[in-house]
Amino acid sequence: MKTTYREAMRAAIREAMQRDERVFLMGEDVGHYGGCYAVSLGLLEEFGPERIRDTPLSESAFTGAGIGAALGGMRPIVEIMTVNFSLLALDQIINNAATLRHMSGGQFSVPLVIRMTTGAGRQLAAQHSHSLEGWYAHIPGLRILAPATVADARGMLWTALQDPDPVLIFEHGTLYAVPGELDDDAGAVDIDTAAVRRPGADVSLITYGGTLPMVLEAADRLATDGIDAEVLDLRTLRPLDDAAIAATVTKTHRAVVVDEGWRSGSLSAEISARITERFFYDLDAPVGRVCSAEVPIPYARHLELAALPTAERVVAAAREAVHAGG
Amino acid sequence: MPSLGADMEHGRITEWLVQPGDTVHRGDVLATVDTDKALMDVESFSDGVVTELLVEAGTDVPVGALLALIGDAAATATIPPVPPAPTTPPVPTPPPEPSTPDEPTPPPLPAPPPEPAPPEPFPAPSPPLTPHAGDAPNATPPVRHLAHRLGVDLAELRGTGKAGAIRRVDVERAAAAASPASPAATVSVAAGPGPDRVRSSPLARRLAAELGVELAAVHGTGPGGAITETDVRGAATAAGPSTAAAPAAAAVDSPEEAAVRVPPDRAATMRTAIGNLMARSKQTIPHYYLTTTIDLRAAMDWMRTANAGRPVTQRLVPAALLLKATARAAHEVPGMNGSFEDGEYRPSESVHLAVAVSLRTGGLVAPAILDADTLPVDVLMDRLRDLVARARGGRLTRAEMSAPTITVTNLGDLGVESVFGVIYPPQVAMVGFGRVVEQPFADRGLLGVRHAVTATLSADHRVSDGLGGGRFLGRIDELLQQPEEL
Amino acid sequence: MTDQHQAHDLLRRMLRVRRLEETCVELYSATKIRGFLHVQIGEEAVAAGVMSALEPDDAVVATYREHGHALLRGVSADSILAEMFGKQEGCCRGRGGSMHLFDAATRFYGGNAIVAGGLPVAVGLALADRMQGRRRVTACFFGEGAVAEGEFHESLNLAALWQLPVLFVCENNLYAMGTALRYTESQTDLALKAAAYEIPAWPADGMDALAVAEAARRAVDAVRSGGGPHFLELRTYRFRAHSMFDPERYRDKAEVASWVERDPIATLRATLQAEDRLSEEEWTAMQQEVDAEMEQAVAYAEAGTPEPVEELTRFLYTEPATP
Repeated sequence: MKTTYREAMRAAIREAMQRDERVFLMGEDVGHYGGCYAVSLGLLEEFGPERIRDTPLSESAFTGAGIGAALGGMRPIVEIMTVNFSLLALDQIINNAATLRHMSGGQFSVPLVIRMTTGAGRQLAAQHSHSLEGWYAHIPGLRILAPATVADARGMLWTALQDPDPVLIFEHGTLYAVPGELDDDAGAVDIDTAAVRRPGADVSLITYGGTLPMVLEAADRLATDGIDAEVLDLRTLRPLDDAAIAATVTKTHRAVVVDEGWRSGSLSAEISARITERFFYDLDAPVGRVCSAEVPIPYARHLELAALPTAERVVAAAREAVHAGG
Repeated sequence: MPSLGADMEHGRITEWLVQPGDTVHRGDVLATVDTDKALMDVESFSDGVVTELLVEAGTDVPVGALLALIGDAAATATIPPVPPAPTTPPVPTPPPEPSTPDEPTPPPLPAPPPEPAPPEPFPAPSPPLTPHAGDAPNATPPVRHLAHRLGVDLAELRGTGKAGAIRRVDVERAAAAASPASPAATVSVAAGPGPDRVRSSPLARRLAAELGVELAAVHGTGPGGAITETDVRGAATAAGPSTAAAPAAAAVDSPEEAAVRVPPDRAATMRTAIGNLMARSKQTIPHYYLTTTIDLRAAMDWMRTANAGRPVTQRLVPAALLLKATARAAHEVPGMNGSFEDGEYRPSESVHLAVAVSLRTGGLVAPAILDADTLPVDVLMDRLRDLVARARGGRLTRAEMSAPTITVTNLGDLGVESVFGVIYPPQVAMVGFGRVVEQPFADRGLLGVRHAVTATLSADHRVSDGLGGGRFLGRIDELLQQPEEL
Repeated sequence: MTDQHQAHDLLRRMLRVRRLEETCVELYSATKIRGFLHVQIGEEAVAAGVMSALEPDDAVVATYREHGHALLRGVSADSILAEMFGKQEGCCRGRGGSMHLFDAATRFYGGNAIVAGGLPVAVGLALADRMQGRRRVTACFFGEGAVAEGEFHESLNLAALWQLPVLFVCENNLYAMGTALRYTESQTDLALKAAAYEIPAWPADGMDALAVAEAARRAVDAVRSGGGPHFLELRTYRFRAHSMFDPERYRDKAEVASWVERDPIATLRATLQAEDRLSEEEWTAMQQEVDAEMEQAVAYAEAGTPEPVEELTRFLYTEPATP
């Protein structure tokens, strides 16, 4: 079945609403507008305003209300329009959702799913384009997902809703229109493991979310050079699938981490550090990183492109790693 | 001294608002305390009569220190002052601290504890049995830690800080004064990075240790001359899959060439590495050997036809057919393709067929043609050509160097008729091909002249035996009789 | 008029809170309790009156000055003190401490130490009740300092918009830490602010337990019967410092003394005695009973087991059920 990431996500929400009456969707413009990125288009008509709830522009209140509703026995899906807006709800996400279980000595679970758009590439400039999922991945108590494929867009939500603890799903804005093939019976997928999207022997390209298609393209280009790159899609950013990282690095002995977040203090830094801590004596080259330039994402097309990881930069980093080894 | 905040560690009594004999009630303010932040009240948590003030106004004491005793109003007269901390052995009133010589010696209070011990949760450590018993060196924990780290005895130090406190700089000075004689300092200099350090990747270092390669003698091709995995494997593989092959290879190159291209120390290193590796193979792998002569008439006929009309650069050579047949046989017959490690044979699904390539600089490398059993002969031929060229140019990839599951050595070009190779650990088999020669051949009662080649198998007896080895050679023969199927 | 039983009950509730808080202060001074400690001595009528109006399956969300709220909601003094001692027997196994008391059995949702951070959660708890058709009330306590936070306004708007069963209880003790309300708010009549969101709101005397109980009963009844959110502003005063470390430069002793004259415990006791509804024996018995409860709680906490360090990383994610 031909579909798009957006439609797969919508199908996932629809399925969840049908299967579990405790599930409801809440956020800005999810109802009458049909979702800022049209993910929830048509769902208001299908499920009504009680379960497809338009909220005021009150990120903190409706995110906190999601936490409260989860504590009260519901299975809310909170949609935050973009990751930059989630900063207005940080108190609720970090001080409450992530801590309640631990702080209460295990008495309270928060089975909440928060979805939000992340990432650049659409000339939306510095307040709608950042990739802050790495920040959230810093926080113990949260589970962070980054579906990069149509199958994951379709399958991660239901599994996330079954998780008794808060799960944040980061949907890269450039992926919504990406078409893909989906099995007719596609359903839930695991949210624990990373996936090798392309096996290879010479260098591991480790990435997630919006940069996956670009990294696969870079791997194809490397192949024409005789460099056989393996592409690992992390899928879950917290907790990281250390076993998958171990497997690929001990196989290829070279790694390049591709992360649209900024380099300093980033998820790419974390992965690089883990590789060095655990697999130093398997490395034949320094761990490479391709990240965004350390500036707020600018508006102009050529400036934005210059700020973001590109296939050229990934190819160059991979070549450097491989040629470092002869 | 009450705790008046999460970060309060000590406080100074600024004023006592009660005196011994005063009756106090729960909630009454007894004294004021100067903390780091502000003046605060100390309140009473019980009703009674103040029997004793234990800390003078102006004194700084830690949180938890006993400040005063409040007795039961009725029983006051009969209650003797209780020593505050039973765990502290009685100590005579200490001499006035040398740090406060300008203050008049305070009138001794009745039985003042030298340092009021905090209550239970923090039992006072027993004072050390030294002449200074009870006088802990006047230094903050970080300074004590520093002293410990630098091996400075605080008791020997004279503090230059406020009230004689030992400061960081005092400790550092003492350490510096001691250091010229300190062996630790000498060692740390020697251990630092110096000009002798060999630049190498972590994996290269690990491999070098495993393969017995001396890193200092390996030529690095990585950034800044760093030694990488390929360099180490290159040095180790120089031992070659066959001890017989190495001298032979060296023999082709003219002595002049060798002298020009190979720095003497490098050639020696390679020879040492070859020696080590082959010795290890012979010591640990129980080899057995089989040999057979294969009729190549069909193969040569087919090849001639295939080559007709091809430009010279694309023509097949017999080696391509021999390699393909070997790869397929290795895939089909168990016990020949894989590795023997940690006491266990691990067969490999894929056949990565290594080809021994002699280097002009002396020695050998044996890079692999990956998945050789699946490649059409033409492709395999291209790969072989490319591999030999890159091997001689030193441009092999890591996978080619590390992946082999079986090795072929083909010394036919040198005129050798047969070769009994030494298995390259941890592989379990090595196939040798000699020169393809025209020879008299008996077939169905007739004597004719045919192209033929002598194939040998060196195999690991821990994994296979002669029967399996025989099947393997037989299968190579069979495959070569139907070259169009290859 | 309120019956004698209820009056005695309110007096006992307040006395329990007072003694618990006094015990905490003493234990803190003795370094048995560490961290931040905020006691509500002087404010006991608020928790006593509101809790008396709630049903067992209602929910409570409170602030970091919540020992009394937890106690009167039904969390035992034993487990509250054990929590502050960092013991396994504490209600949160030593992970919350003074500011984060939680108890699932009594639906006590903290213990929130971010000013106004509990309001959105309370709105969500009420939303869940609304969506599942349950007639439960969520009582949300917060100080007047919370009124300056965006979360206060967002939450009141959302609760009113969706007509959710929340009772907002503003404990107005006049000072956000050390800053008086008049220095932080353009409109100091807080009920008016709530009314601006179309929420029924009125003030009550937070030093009078009977008045608080009456106001809370009216409000809770209205909320439970589908009247949407309600808002109470309870004007009260803390007699002691904001936390243990507070030199109280921002208010003078005369002001404190004038409020201490209105001590909610002394006031109710005097009223009852004047009306001959509380005998000296009853009062003494009540005190002894409460003292014994606190003595027992201290002993319980002392005797508890420190939560083992090996358990440090537990309760971060839900643990798989053991078969």
